[in-house]
Amino acid sequence: MNRAIRALSLALASVLAMWSPSAWAQDTVKIGVIEPLSGPVAASGNYVRMGAEIARDWVNAKGGVLGRKVELLIEDNKSDPKEAATAAEKLIVRDKVPVIMGAWGSSMTLAAMPKLEEYGVPMVVETSSAATITKRGNPWIFRISPPSEMEALGLEKYLKDLGIKQADFLAVNTDWGRGAVAAFGDTLKKSGASVGAVEFMDQAATDMNAQITKVKGGSADTLFLTTSVEQITLVLKQAQEQRLTRKVITTGGSSSPSQLIKQAGAAAEGTYHILFFLPWFPEAMPDGKLAKAFVDEWAKRGHPFEGLTEGFRGHDGVLTAVEGIRVAGKADPKAVQAALWRVNVMGLNGPIKFEKDGPAGKESGQSKPSIFIVQVKDGKIALPAFAAKK
Amino acid sequence: MDQLLQHLLNGLLLGATYSLLGIGLTLVFGLMNVVNFAHGEFYTLGAYAAFAALALASVNFFLAIVLAIAAGAVAGAICERCLLRPMRGQSIDTVMLVMIAVWIAMQNAELLGWGGVAKSVPTPFPTQPLVLGPVSVAPLRLFVFVVSGALILGAHLLLARTKLGRAMRATFQDRETAALMGVSIERIHTITFAFGAGLAAAAGALLGPVFLLYPSMGDLASLKAFSVVILGGLGNFAGAALGGLVLGVAEELGAGYVSSGYRDAVGFLMIVAVLLLRPSGLFARAERVG
Repeated sequence: MNRAIRALSLALASVLAMWSPSAWAQDTVKIGVIEPLSGPVAASGNYVRMGAEIARDWVNAKGGVLGRKVELLIEDNKSDPKEAATAAEKLIVRDKVPVIMGAWGSSMTLAAMPKLEEYGVPMVVETSSAATITKRGNPWIFRISPPSEMEALGLEKYLKDLGIKQADFLAVNTDWGRGAVAAFGDTLKKSGASVGAVEFMDQAATDMNAQITKVKGGSADTLFLTTSVEQITLVLKQAQEQRLTRKVITTGGSSSPSQLIKQAGAAAEGTYHILFFLPWFPEAMPDGKLAKAFVDEWAKRGHPFEGLTEGFRGHDGVLTAVEGIRVAGKADPKAVQAALWRVNVMGLNGPIKFEKDGPAGKESGQSKPSIFIVQVKDGKIALPAFAAKK
Repeated sequence: MDQLLQHLLNGLLLGATYSLLGIGLTLVFGLMNVVNFAHGEFYTLGAYAAFAALALASVNFFLAIVLAIAAGAVAGAICERCLLRPMRGQSIDTVMLVMIAVWIAMQNAELLGWGGVAKSVPTPFPTQPLVLGPVSVAPLRLFVFVVSGALILGAHLLLARTKLGRAMRATFQDRETAALMGVSIERIHTITFAFGAGLAAAAGALLGPVFLLYPSMGDLASLKAFSVVILGGLGNFAGAALGGLVLGVAEELGAGYVSSGYRDAVGFLMIVAVLLLRPSGLFARAERVG
């Protein structure tokens, strides 16, 4: 009797297993995605997710990869580094994903990185800018976003046209913010400009008046802003309240100027933004046709236009991960890691191809993205005259 | 010197918002002995209610604030009636756990309802600052400052001078005697909690337009509110009002003259110092016994 029950329950369990989602997912290739879907930088994380979903649907419409459909397993890191590490572990151990894309913020990516090394799963880094990410000797990291140093070099050719003599910095108090201050500060000093006040703000801070008052006390002509679009909105509004007159340049590509125009209004006028995708001028992108198709698809899905400067990252990240799996020929972490070195694909930002970065023998992959600069002019986005020329 | 004046003005404006956050919490904490972890969520609720009234129903800005306060008070009353009343007589820790649950539930409901993307509330105030000699201030900030002051004063008068206020204080000092004097104990509990929640919602409706709205905005608000209450002393109205101003100015000067990276640390160092040296609060009079 006892044995009969056991046999019966075993049969039942196997039937159940066949019906359960995990058995279903056997037919798909899983890609893990870690993004901040809630918390202070949730807007950006959600835009990246939307872009990732477009890439998934496009890949699946063309027959998927390895003859199977691509499935995204999306985890929320709650804008919190601890949660990013937990999410990475969950995706690797529970869902057994062969590759992950994430985790937006540098602090979140850095927190997830030891897990990649521990279990040996590659991650395509789509947004994070801190230099340390590819310098730590983690061979599972493949970054398609530019580190702050690369961004600063991209800006170098415009420094004369921008007329910067002295610049202040206001940055979020994270690995990204601190890294950007160091990188842009070095570039400025090299070109003969000086660095004035360097101020930081907590990621969740809403009142930046103290920092603005301090910056106002100095004599710089430019203010470099490195933080999320939410905080940039607040800084611009509060700077206007205090009559701070500075050339403002935002770094990191997450400033979404369209959202700033909408939420900060006149306070956004005249500001410059370093970006990696220009949805206003898709034809000016390296692959104009792809960019146009993405912008149209985004609009068709009813996603807000201001999210495009962030959403493209999700597309390029998933595209890279899928290409890695295709080149590898199997959905296995180790094989995908080796294959990512051979990926050469055209993304929305431009060509994606990894070069070695970091300590010898344990290099991370770093692609060399295109970098653009735009200005808010008369409540619209414009290519500055000097950038259009070059 | 100009910079110092601007810092002080910033600090006072910021401090007034902290005071407003603190008084609702100190009222519930001091009178009802309920550690209201959901305080920040009533703040968020107020902010989103004002946003909904303005952006979706397009009512007048000032009416939207009133509606938001009403929404907060109603939510507070429901919370008290359904969750706190069955818990009456339980230890403070048990009630605290219930409030933590309310906090998590409300925050996730907000995330579900509004999404994670920040929203900004339109206001009828001009964005150009008022310039007063060496300093400048946004008209909206000034409005918030004045209304905060009025709300704090109004709440104080209600508690100190009216029959309802007397009934509230009596209930929480000695509920049996108060009941014998004809006070409806259950009603007073509900009204007090609704009052506290309404004040939090008022803070949200006023500060929402100054900052941005997002579902986790209440966390920072709760943190600041608790700081203010500790600084000012539990249940001490004037203490919370002054504590808010002190915290605002201290943070501002700390960020301005010490290091902006350690801005929040300045406030918390001050709280540690107060807890060590004057555990009943910066502005507490001699400890009352019994």
